[in-house]
Formats: sequence, C-alpha cells, structure tokens
Amino acid sequence: MVRHFRPFYVAVRARPFKHRSCMNFTNFINTFWANTISGLSLGAIYALIALGYTLVYGVLRLINFANSEVFMLGTFGSLAALWILGVPSAGAPKAGIALLGTLALMLVLSILFSGGAAILLELLAYRPLRRRNSPRLVFLISAIGASLAIAEAVGAFGARKREEYPFGRVWNTRKNLFKISDFDVQVRHVMVIGGALIMMSGLALFVNKTRLGRGMRAVAQDAETARILGVNVDHVILITFAVGGVMAGGAAFLYALFFEATRYNAGFLLGVKAFTAAVLGGIGNITGALVGGLLLGLIENWGAGLFGGQWKDVIAFAVLVLVLMVRPTGLFGETLGRSRA
Amino acid sequence: MIKNFRFAAASTAAAMLVAFGVTSSQAATKAKAAKTVTCAKGIKIAFMGALSGDNGQLGQNMVDGAQIAFDDWNKANKNCQIEFAKKGSSSFDSQGDPAQASPLADKLLGDKKIVALIGPGFSGETKATMPKFEEAGLSMITPGATNAKLAENGWKQFHRILANDDKQGPGIVTLIKGKGAKAVGVIDDASEYGKGLADTVRSGLGALDVANDTIDPKGSDFSAAVNKMKAANVDFIFYGGYYAEAAKMVKQLRDAGVKATFVGGDGVLDQKFIDNAGATTAEGSLITATGAPGNVNPAFQAKFKAKYSKDPTLYAPEAYDCAQVFLAAIKAGKPTRAAISAFVSAYDADGITKHIKFTPQGEVAGDTVFSYQATSGVLKYIGIVK
Repeated sequence: MVRHFRPFYVAVRARPFKHRSCMNFTNFINTFWANTISGLSLGAIYALIALGYTLVYGVLRLINFANSEVFMLGTFGSLAALWILGVPSAGAPKAGIALLGTLALMLVLSILFSGGAAILLELLAYRPLRRRNSPRLVFLISAIGASLAIAEAVGAFGARKREEYPFGRVWNTRKNLFKISDFDVQVRHVMVIGGALIMMSGLALFVNKTRLGRGMRAVAQDAETARILGVNVDHVILITFAVGGVMAGGAAFLYALFFEATRYNAGFLLGVKAFTAAVLGGIGNITGALVGGLLLGLIENWGAGLFGGQWKDVIAFAVLVLVLMVRPTGLFGETLGRSRA
Repeated sequence: MIKNFRFAAASTAAAMLVAFGVTSSQAATKAKAAKTVTCAKGIKIAFMGALSGDNGQLGQNMVDGAQIAFDDWNKANKNCQIEFAKKGSSSFDSQGDPAQASPLADKLLGDKKIVALIGPGFSGETKATMPKFEEAGLSMITPGATNAKLAENGWKQFHRILANDDKQGPGIVTLIKGKGAKAVGVIDDASEYGKGLADTVRSGLGALDVANDTIDPKGSDFSAAVNKMKAANVDFIFYGGYYAEAAKMVKQLRDAGVKATFVGGDGVLDQKFIDNAGATTAEGSLITATGAPGNVNPAFQAKFKAKYSKDPTLYAPEAYDCAQVFLAAIKAGKPTRAAISAFVSAYDADGITKHIKFTPQGEVAGDTVFSYQATSGVLKYIGIVK
C-alpha cells in the first residue's frame, strides 16, 4: 500500500494515470470537489432526518426507529401533490407562479404526510405504552414494529414495486450554476444544502426562543418536575413528534426534488445513516445533527472515492466508532435538555 | 434470487425481423402434415415452473410458447394426442421456489405417463430437483434456468436451450468493442448476479476498462460512482444489476452531465427501465439478453398472436423450441423416458431461436446473445451480438 503511494502532484500530472493499489488516489483527487459537493448534499438530507431522531431522543430518551418511515411517507406526500396536479412524469419544468404553486403544494403535503404520521405514531405506538409505564425495551420494539409495518404497508399498497415511482421534473434543479474546479454545482445542490441550513436555524430558534420550545427543553431536562410545574407533558411530547415529523417532511420535499423518485423502502438506509449522523454529532443535539449529517455525507463520498463504493459504509461506520471512542457522547454531546434554558 | 428480477424482464420488444429458422420450422410443419404419428394413449409432457406468485407470469410465458407446438402437433396427429401442462395432471406450479419444487418433482416422477419435462423454469428450482430427474432418467430441457454452474454437475438429463449467464458477459464485451469504445467504466450492485456479470465484462474488456465501482442498490445516491465515471471520461458504462437501480443510475449519470452510452445485461431488460429513467434519459442505452425477442420468428409470432392476442413474451420462443425437440423424439417413435433421453442428447436441428444441438454437459451449442436498444421510449431489438 505504502509502496504505491504517489504524492499529490504526481497523481494530478499523471492523469489519466491508473492506480492499481486498493487506494485510488488519482480518483480521490480527480473527484474531490465533485464528491465534496454531492457528499454535502446527501449529508444535508441525513441531517434533516437526523433531527427527528435527535428531538425525540432529547425529550424522551427514545430512539424513534419509525422516523425513517415518517420521512418515506413524506416523499409520497410530494408525489401525491404531483398526482393531484396531474404533473406527468415526462413534462417540461414549470416556471413562475405555476412552479411556486406546485412546490408549495408538494411541501405542504410532504409536511402533512410526515407530520401526520409522526403524530399518529406517538398516539398509537408510544403514548399507550407510556400510560402503562412500560419498560424502555418495549418502546424500542414498538418503534421497530411500527417502522416495519409502515414500510411494508406502503410496499404492499404499491404491489411491492421494485422500481421507483418517478416524479415529473417540476423545477429544473439540474441547471448548472457555477463551477468548483471542474464540477458543475447545480440548483439542486444549493437547494438541499441551503434548505437544510434554513430549516435547522428555524428549529434552533423554535426550541430556544418560543414557549413551546421552552416546554420541550423543560421536559427533556426533567419530565416529572416539568409536570409538577404545570407543563402538559403529553402535549409537549406530541409537539416534539410533530416537529420531528415536519423536519422529516421538509427533508422528504428536498429529497423528492433532488432525486425525483421514491419507493417504499427509500427510508430504510437513509434512516440508518441519519441515525448514525445523529449519534456522530451527539444525539439530542440540534447542531450536532447538522454537523453529523454533513460530515457523514462527506466521509462516505470521500471514502468511496478513495477505496471504491464497496467500502463506503465500512469507512463511515469505522469513523463513527473512532469518534465514539474519543467522544462517547458524539462530537457535540447531548445538550437538548442541558442547553442554556 | 438472481432469477426473480431478471425474469421480471417482460419482453415486449417490437420491430426488426430475424428470419433465421423460418424455413426449417415451416418444413417441419409440412413433414408432420404428411405423415401422422400413432402412439400410446395418455402420453404426457410435463411443465414445471412458476405459474403463480411474483414470477408467475414468466412460467405462464413458457407454457404459452410451448402450447403452440403442442396445439399444432395434436391437430396434425389424431392418433397421438399428447397432454401438456394440464392443471392437476402435467402442470407443476412451483412458484419458482426450490422448496416447493422438490415435492412436486417426486409427484411428477410418480406419474409414469409423463415422458419428458419442459422446465424447471428457474435456476434455483432446477438445482434442487435435478438430482431426482437424473436418478429417474427423465429428460428435461429448461427454457429459462441460466445459472452457468447447473451444467457442471455431470447430469445427463440436464439440457438448457439458451446461453448461460457466463456467455452473456463475453457477448456484452463484443457488443461494446464493436461500437468502438475507447474507455469503459464498469459499475456493479454487489449482488451475485450483478457482480458476477460485471466481473466477466471487466476481465473481457481488459485495458479498455478504466474505472470500476460498486454501489449499494438500497441506497438513493450514487454520486461517488457517478463522479468517478465523469472523472475517468469514459464513453461506455456497463452496469451489472437490475432495472430498478439501472434506471436510477442512468438518471444520475445524465443529471451530472455524463454522456457515455449506458449498457446493461438481462437484469435491465425491462420496459420499466425506460419508463422510470425517462425516455430521453434512457435513449440509446444498450441491453443484452440470452432470451430471444418475441419477433425472432415471424411464423411463431403470428401463431402466438392469433392464440393469445399479444406478441410472444419472454422465454416463450425458447419453450416452443423445447417442445419441438420432444415432439421430434415422439415422432421418431420412441415415447418412453429412456428413448426420449437418448434422442434429445443426439438432437441436431434448427429451432426458431437458434440451431439446437446439446453438448454432453447439456448446454446448447453456440452462445447466442440478443441485443436491444432503448429507442424513443421502447426497447428495440437490434440483432444478435456477433
């Protein structure tokens, strides 16, 4: 391995030099900016889904495994919007008011589907267990069960189609904006990274500045005390799920525009990655979810560029383990409850 | 597993005609009309394969194709009526599942009126049941089990009427080289089928293969592989995997501005590949298969259309050829398991999909690979890869 190492400048000059070692430095360097931007884009989606895990965990100390399916339902919300408007899968992109109207309906339906699913999940799968003071393990089983049930129900409903449901191109998000090195940064890259940053900031404001946010932080710190002090704990938990669902809905909307397709198991792998991102950044921490998501997207693409796609997940999880060895609570620690109240 | 998705490739390809085999089959029909055959009553030829379940359509395609040959035969030979794929008697629905096929094989072999078998349809069930057929000396020809290893077991009764999976890789290499490729990228989905096929293509391409990558078919984003292909500046990209991910892959390649011709194997041969990627995105993509297109033989196509009001479906032409081999055996006056077995091993005549002659391992001689191109939103048959 070391024998084959060539310095940076040699690899660049030697293009199209073909590397025969297990590490492909030529490709890593040639695709560096391309992998960076596309890694950040996917990472932004990880981050938004990670928020659902982080919020619920911060407040309830519960890993809501069904969050990935909440997200998946959101992508079908966007699809439903296109069906309602009768947008064909092979039509010209829209412009002006028609574009804004379509996007607005997609966003609203994605949020309704995801938010609604998250609220139903809390009411049907978790609240009854809380009422009975069930042990933590039971919540976990309920979460996994709900996750499988939702994915399989959507799969069965769509006759278990292997292929995806294609979306019409309502907005030409493939337009090249500017170049970084020789990579064309397109509207979709800016949209998804910008969208994640905006939603993340909005959420931070909501949690830190509003009355409901204060309630959430109170329950996160000490649910019993919060209850005694007059906080409606069930209500706050419901709001927490709803907010996590709304974030998943936003992620689903961006995903729909970014990939222009979805399927019943779209949430599974993304959910695992988003959960990983949440843990990487420090589960329960909003900034941590953002940084964890972006970082995971980057590591995955850089790793794939250097070692080949078959090592993508190996590298991502190796990094996760290394980070947790040094910082067991993730990069930013768990702070939703302990944040400056 | 491998079979499930590839078999889902419903061949609806239309267009160009390949006229080989027409004369011989017409000649055969005339010969049959001239001399009617007499044989024992109640002779059956069985079918085993998926007739229900996820891949049920594919087994039905096989039955439909073979049925055309039996209809012709039974009409021409009043004194030798042969029963084929009759429900509850000579039809064995395994759902393509090896576990279900095994007990069915025992039941099939228990019926001494059954003298030969068309099927099993898929590779897994063939592997599971073949030892039983071998022991009983029942000759079988499969119209669809393409796993290459099946022929390596020394089974005398095993025959397959189409090229196996290992033959497709070299066909793809020939196709890509024939198009004048200068630099090729190869991506696989890490599945047994996809990686296996991609690896054969990689070794066949040799120095032409300049970029390789593997994707996770469950993932949404293939950007690392796409970026690699773009950086390597390839003019052809072969994808080893199934149509669902192939559609995503070609879309993400085009979105990133990669213009290389997209090439796929029979796992990609499905109209849904084009439908999902979008007609413009998929335009020009090349796809190969070992199964013949519906219009491989105009006479057969016309008969099939008259009976089922649709063009011959995937593996129907192969099943028709299987039936022709067994019917020729019966015509030679030997309607017993042992005699048919000997006859099939020595068979040497044109079929509608190719010339049929089996190697001692049971492979059909010649490595016919058919190629298609995505053209204006449909899969268009463009000929045999040479």
